[in-house]
Amino acid sequence: MTAPSTAERMTRLLALVPYLTARPDGVRLADAAADFGVTEAQLRRDLDLLWVCGLPGHGPGDLIDLAFEGDRVRITFTAGMVRPLRLSTDEAVALIVALRTLLELPGLAEGEAVSRALAKVSAAAGHPAEVRAPVAVSVDARAQSLAVVRDGLERHRALHLHYYVPSRDERTERTVDPMRLLLVDGHWYLEAWCRNAEGVRLFRLDRIDDVAVLDEAAAPPPQAHERDLADGLYQPGAAEPLVRLRLARTARWVADYYPVEEQTEVTDPPGGLAVTVRTSDLGWARRLVASLGGAATVDEPVELATQVAEEARAALARYTD
Amino acid sequence: MAAKRAERLVNLVIALLGTRQYVSAAKIRSIVPGYEPDDGTDRADEAFKRMFERDKAELREIGVPLETGRTSAFDTEDGYRIARADYELPEITLTAEEAAAVGLALRLWQSAQLAGAAQSALVKLRAAGVEVDQSRGLSIQPRLDAGEPAFEPCYAAARDRRALAFDYRRPDEQTASRRRVQPWGLVAWHGRWYLVGHDLDRQAARVFRLSRVTGTPRASGPVGAFEPPADLDLASVVAGSERREEQLVVVRARPGTAIGLRRHATSLGPADDGDDRLELRTTAPWALADQLAAYGPDVLVEAPQRMREAVVERLSRLAAAGERA
Repeated sequence: MTAPSTAERMTRLLALVPYLTARPDGVRLADAAADFGVTEAQLRRDLDLLWVCGLPGHGPGDLIDLAFEGDRVRITFTAGMVRPLRLSTDEAVALIVALRTLLELPGLAEGEAVSRALAKVSAAAGHPAEVRAPVAVSVDARAQSLAVVRDGLERHRALHLHYYVPSRDERTERTVDPMRLLLVDGHWYLEAWCRNAEGVRLFRLDRIDDVAVLDEAAAPPPQAHERDLADGLYQPGAAEPLVRLRLARTARWVADYYPVEEQTEVTDPPGGLAVTVRTSDLGWARRLVASLGGAATVDEPVELATQVAEEARAALARYTD
Repeated sequence: MAAKRAERLVNLVIALLGTRQYVSAAKIRSIVPGYEPDDGTDRADEAFKRMFERDKAELREIGVPLETGRTSAFDTEDGYRIARADYELPEITLTAEEAAAVGLALRLWQSAQLAGAAQSALVKLRAAGVEVDQSRGLSIQPRLDAGEPAFEPCYAAARDRRALAFDYRRPDEQTASRRRVQPWGLVAWHGRWYLVGHDLDRQAARVFRLSRVTGTPRASGPVGAFEPPADLDLASVVAGSERREEQLVVVRARPGTAIGLRRHATSLGPADDGDDRLELRTTAPWALADQLAAYGPDVLVEAPQRMREAVVERLSRLAAAGERA
């Protein structure tokens, strides 16, 4: 395999001349850089390089010619590079699978446009529309509240939710200002400003028991920012207390699912993992440990370990009565 | 990449695109700037050969259809050319709505497995004159999990249709076992990645969860070694493997507790001790047992006996862990 930067730059260099050819009136350098996902400085280096390339002979009339006018660039001679290179298999798969996934989203207003785009892209990729991509993304379309939430989002209305909070095993009621709908790792989430909690919250749609669109405009306050999800959905505060757990092999998935601060391989239990999680919600931690049925033990805090064991003993007593 | 090399590669593409004839390596050496010139020494010839081999590999790697052949019977050696029709992306015109759909769709790969391919696809579409505005806000954003190290090698093997071997450990097994499969494809299903393929040892179709693959999968043997079934629907293979028989479970819950259970339960009315009797349906009995045990004394399993035992077993372990602490 070649280093990604090499392939990436070659793909860009071969695409730049056709890109300018398709825009005969010229383009602002800043816009072109944004379209290629590079800095303006990098784009200038690419153009400088292309400027000395051309047809064999490499005389003045053979070289790619560009005209710079202020902050704009225009192509005046292409040396025969008028169309971009065909899509590679990976590129075609990325496009086709992404469009098919979008098409699966229930009640998507743009569905027609997605189907047409899929047909055109498949044709341009040189595959029939029913191309057998080696990747498929299956979307959960069953969430019943989805249509109502989408309606609220599109009409910019506030929503009233009956929401189940698993960490406290509680039903709650709240009014929220919807911001966006996310499909993360197979689950739908509504990101919204929660008027009760006075903060941005994520609501998993399969935990919404009832939802109604209110006759009231959605008005997230200026401090309501969309969360950056790059680090995962759960983002604990740095000041929250630490819980130390020891995970058996079968419970190691916990370290992938929740944001753990530290993790160390341990030999007791064999193949186990010691992890540190930050949470102010000991109720959540108790439910997590109990739901692991002994595959996780609590190193700290002691009161958490005691609580889990006491609950278990009380439950066992009911079975032996 | 060194600017010199990039320059040479661009010149090579332009030169070979501009001709219908096959061009010999010697001719390429003389017309494309940047190659070691012919000074009659073996050393210079060797240097040119090495450079040219690397350049050919590089171009093929990014998908340039570099052909080898002879224009006429009088040619003494193979030459090279790039057929314009094979090189060029066919005409594609998208409306503003269609282009917006493409921009939105490609966000699926943002920071996920095919992010690089998605970005270069976008670059090519833009170069074909399509205006894709990715900043345009749409109210839905799909996203995939990036953290699955086994994805890359499994995907490449499925794409190239090569046999694949990997170590796989199910949660109920202590050690991993070696599996050999013909990989048909990968499916993201309910947020998890699965590999679907033909298991060569078991001689049957199998579904593997990527997170249970340990170590790096290895492809072996020739490309195009097998053909997936013609009517294959990857997603439904995974869905089918996850669909199991539904079981009925009856529990007692103290009034006002076990809210999460009640959301999916049918009420059977009060028991003689004042608890609420609930009927639950499950296709994943062990996950339900975990959940029931987590409710502690608030929930008591009535039936079936197997579920009672599974919950008691979990509670006993939890109680014992407390003794040690």
